[in-house]
Amino acid sequence: MLKGEIIRVYGSLIIGKNVPNAKIGDVVQVGPLKLIGEIIRIRGNEVSIQCYEDTSGLKPGDEILNTERPLTAELGPGLIGNIYDGLEFSESVIRTIAGDFMKKGVRTAPLSRDKKWHFTPKVKNGDKVVEGDIIGTTRETLMIEHRILVPVGLSGVIREIKEGDYTITDPIATLESNGKKIDLTMMQTWPVRIPRPYKSRLPLTEPLLTGQRVIDSFFPIAKGGTAAIPGGFGTGKTVTLHQIAKWAAADIILYIGCGERGNEMADVVTHFPELEDPRSGKKLIERTIMIANVSNMPVSAREASIYMGVTIAEYFRDQGYDVAIMADSTSRWAEALRDISGRLEEIPAEAGYPAYLPERIAEFYERAGRVVTLGSEYRVGSVTIMGAVSPPGGDFSEPVTSLTLRFVGTLWALDTALAFRRHFPAINWLMSFSRYVELVSKWWQTYDKEWLKYKTKATAILEEASKIEEIARIIGEKALPDDQRLILLVAEMIREGFLVQHAFHEVDTYCEPEKQSKLLRLLIEFYEFTEPLIKAGIPIEKIREFKSIVELMRLKERREVEYIDKVKNKVLEEVKTLAKQYGVEV
Amino acid sequence: MVEKYGLIYKTVREIRGPLIFVEGIKDALYNELVEVKLPDGSEILGSVLDTSAGMAIVQVFGATQGLELGVTARFTGDVIRIPVSSEVIGRVFSGSYKPLDGMPPPLGEKREIHGAAINPTAREPPSEFIQTGISAIDGMNSLVRGQKLPFFSEAGLPHNIAAAQVARQATVPGKEEDFAVVFCAMGIKHEEYEFFRREFAETGALERCVMILNLADDPIIERIIAPRIALTIAEYLAYDLDMHVLAMLTDMTNYGEALRSISIAREEVPTRKGYPGYLYTDLASIYERCGRIKGKKGSVTVFPILTMPGGDITHPIPDLSGYITEGQLIFDRDLHLRGIYPPINVLPSLSRLMKDGIGPGRTRKDHADVSNQLYMAYAEGVKARGLARIIGEVGLSERERKYLRFADEFEMKFVNQGVYENRPIERTLEIAWDLLALLPEHELIRIREEYIREYHPRYRKA
Ligand SMILES: Nc1ncnc2c1ncn2[C@@H]1O[C@H](COP(=O)(O)OP(=O)(O)O)[C@@H](O)[C@H]1O
Ligand SMILES: [Mg+2]
Repeated sequence: MLKGEIIRVYGSLIIGKNVPNAKIGDVVQVGPLKLIGEIIRIRGNEVSIQCYEDTSGLKPGDEILNTERPLTAELGPGLIGNIYDGLEFSESVIRTIAGDFMKKGVRTAPLSRDKKWHFTPKVKNGDKVVEGDIIGTTRETLMIEHRILVPVGLSGVIREIKEGDYTITDPIATLESNGKKIDLTMMQTWPVRIPRPYKSRLPLTEPLLTGQRVIDSFFPIAKGGTAAIPGGFGTGKTVTLHQIAKWAAADIILYIGCGERGNEMADVVTHFPELEDPRSGKKLIERTIMIANVSNMPVSAREASIYMGVTIAEYFRDQGYDVAIMADSTSRWAEALRDISGRLEEIPAEAGYPAYLPERIAEFYERAGRVVTLGSEYRVGSVTIMGAVSPPGGDFSEPVTSLTLRFVGTLWALDTALAFRRHFPAINWLMSFSRYVELVSKWWQTYDKEWLKYKTKATAILEEASKIEEIARIIGEKALPDDQRLILLVAEMIREGFLVQHAFHEVDTYCEPEKQSKLLRLLIEFYEFTEPLIKAGIPIEKIREFKSIVELMRLKERREVEYIDKVKNKVLEEVKTLAKQYGVEV
Repeated sequence: MVEKYGLIYKTVREIRGPLIFVEGIKDALYNELVEVKLPDGSEILGSVLDTSAGMAIVQVFGATQGLELGVTARFTGDVIRIPVSSEVIGRVFSGSYKPLDGMPPPLGEKREIHGAAINPTAREPPSEFIQTGISAIDGMNSLVRGQKLPFFSEAGLPHNIAAAQVARQATVPGKEEDFAVVFCAMGIKHEEYEFFRREFAETGALERCVMILNLADDPIIERIIAPRIALTIAEYLAYDLDMHVLAMLTDMTNYGEALRSISIAREEVPTRKGYPGYLYTDLASIYERCGRIKGKKGSVTVFPILTMPGGDITHPIPDLSGYITEGQLIFDRDLHLRGIYPPINVLPSLSRLMKDGIGPGRTRKDHADVSNQLYMAYAEGVKARGLARIIGEVGLSERERKYLRFADEFEMKFVNQGVYENRPIERTLEIAWDLLALLPEHELIRIREEYIREYHPRYRKA
């Protein structure tokens, strides 16, 4: 085999010469450890290679082998519950080989070659199949049935297919296609930088429920939609994404730790296996795939980890599943792009980022969507993407944040001031948005016909309160008229009783939709009940004395939804009593 | 006699700041250790930053005075490694690991100073509460073993006194274990170092201490390797010798400046304030070397101190540190001027690992709720204080006045304490409850009702 050689090493960038058949995107193996890199530029007989592993110890003259294949993901049973690095090497397997510390050059197949899976055919000999058809299934975990698809680009007649226990490389079926016989296995591969094809895109109609009130009720995300969660350090990006990974009503969760903390990934790895899905009662790990490329692992592999994650997600989408991706943090990925661009001496745009940063961000979020998959039967799957953004100095006008906002459907803008007072999730209700409110409002009507009305009113009260607060900051709350003070009171009740949701409270960590809609309604009804009293001249202090206020604000901590009605009755009691006292009609 | 290994070059063609350009070398290893010999016979270390056929760019980690084109550079054929053994405990080294205590150079197993990342699946999530005896930390921002938790301070604030207090008082309640302190000074003043040395000597910690010293008048570039040497020793003590290691790194701002000067010499495209784009990753390669490993007894707790230039927390060094560390403890000039010690402003402070270190069996079951409520109440109080400055206290509502009073008392009684006052966590929580009792009970919305009934002074007396 012809080989090229290194002529320069400079951080993660390697310059090589005489690399045979070099094409952009070819994966190469560099040096004695066969480190993995990708060709990113070609000039004459020189190539620039982005190396995904630590380049220490490489030297001019070392060999470069061209695999002539792009960076690919291995797809098949065995993905779920696994934790991978950015190149899809299983970190738990690496640990058994290399010990407690990561070591470059350690190679292990992403999917076990020995494990046998029970394969149940869904088609018979002689059946005609096309790309994307399900030819059979295997139960990957208690929660997920792995559906084996005819690989993209293939179609023909099934000539042999048998139920049985197979490894992922054993032939499970033979496909006759244009007179050729092709063995099908449970494993296939896909180049990570190319989106997997589908038949057509569908409009988004359903929320991806997360059990987090401020998200589901105020700034929802749709299945197949996109969201960004920017915020300075310590404002709650990671905890929010962890919460979504735990409680989101998706079939598959893909969590990408991209350039963030090791202890946080350890937290996920350790605690997910203990947690139960509130809907199925099964263990959360049975639907979760993790990619952990932490901040002190090679920078360039952050790039790979993002594409690896989204490719695996699309593969499960194509099986007809709703998949949700969390990427924490996309800023670290952008920094990896900046790093390599700087080494290539490209002319930077803003803050040193390359001019193609907008394209890359757009392409990533474009891989979200709800689609009709390939295959002869009608099947729908979705990929929802949520990305954390870490703006330097907490300044949202920096390139990565401002660009990301252009491409996402939902913004959860985290607010340092809220985080300081431990108002979590610190999602600022004035700065955040969701383009999906309208479409999911139909869905909410299954719980409350008037959902949109109450939600709109709640938003209005919060907005009004923020204006009043500005005045109060100058003249003091005491000097405000009572109707405005009532708004402040109700806004505070909405904040504490609804928006604040403690991630580590055993009950409040997850809030089911029914409870959300009832709570929201009751808070607004509280306003509707008390407003006439204020109009009739009853002082605000009297309303503040209601015992039911505390109970109302504590409702979120109670599991029983029925209790909400009890508190509502108490509110009504107190309203009536007070009205009577002042001789006011209600 | 041991033959010196490696290839010697005398072909230095250019010297630019801490960078030397060596010509005629065919195959320097990326990151290779280079020993540069100065005309006066002294030697400084360097490593290869860029290697190509015919040229290597070496960054040196020592004083560049005296460097000239005629120096010899020995390419050692290996990356930088240092010998480690239990013997290093109690010793003092320079920032490039030369003995400063008159004893011979250390021997032992050689470890690469850049250290590999701990495999995420090998990490044990830190969960052992360290009691520092300081209420603002223990009560509101608890430290756990294996965490990285920095002080963000400003010049002139008593962060060193507080750091020494932490080092002196830190214990895991109910445990007597093997511990060590690895102290890494980067660009701090002699008197600051003398202060720490005295402190450690007084408490007997000195013999459990390894010092890596790069003081204000030592070569700036040495600061690049000093913390890496310190952490290599820390990891060895923790994971090979089962010790609980507290790695104190001060001052990380000086480290960042050293990194910047190399980047500028290399003419790299800067991002903010002249700092290179890789500052985040570089800092992470230091801070991330904390933690616990499954099945191992020891731990590395990283305790960095940094001064925020101009008190600006959005400055790249505190900013990117905050994105990496597991929280931050923020020193506040205003509190200091009002005589509060330690002047820790709890509102912007945070310990991300607190939740795993507190609660029943660790501290107390009401701890999380109490701290949460204190945050909210103090934030309200500070808001009321701001308002009172504009409209006067008379303009405040009854409720606001209560919160204002709470904030004052909170600073005076909870945050404020003696330099030698070591408060057990129970005492910290007791003070907290006494303060919360200043507020109407229905305001304590973040505390579970059952805890109110168990711990609120009103019910405690009954
Ligand atoms: N929903 C929440 N409930 C309770 N605490 C939270 C919540 N969100 C964030 N926090 C607190 O804030 C800290 C920082 O959150 P994190 O998600 O790690 O921030 P970021 O990723 O933005 O730096 C956490 O350690 C936790 O103490
Ligand atoms: Mg985070």
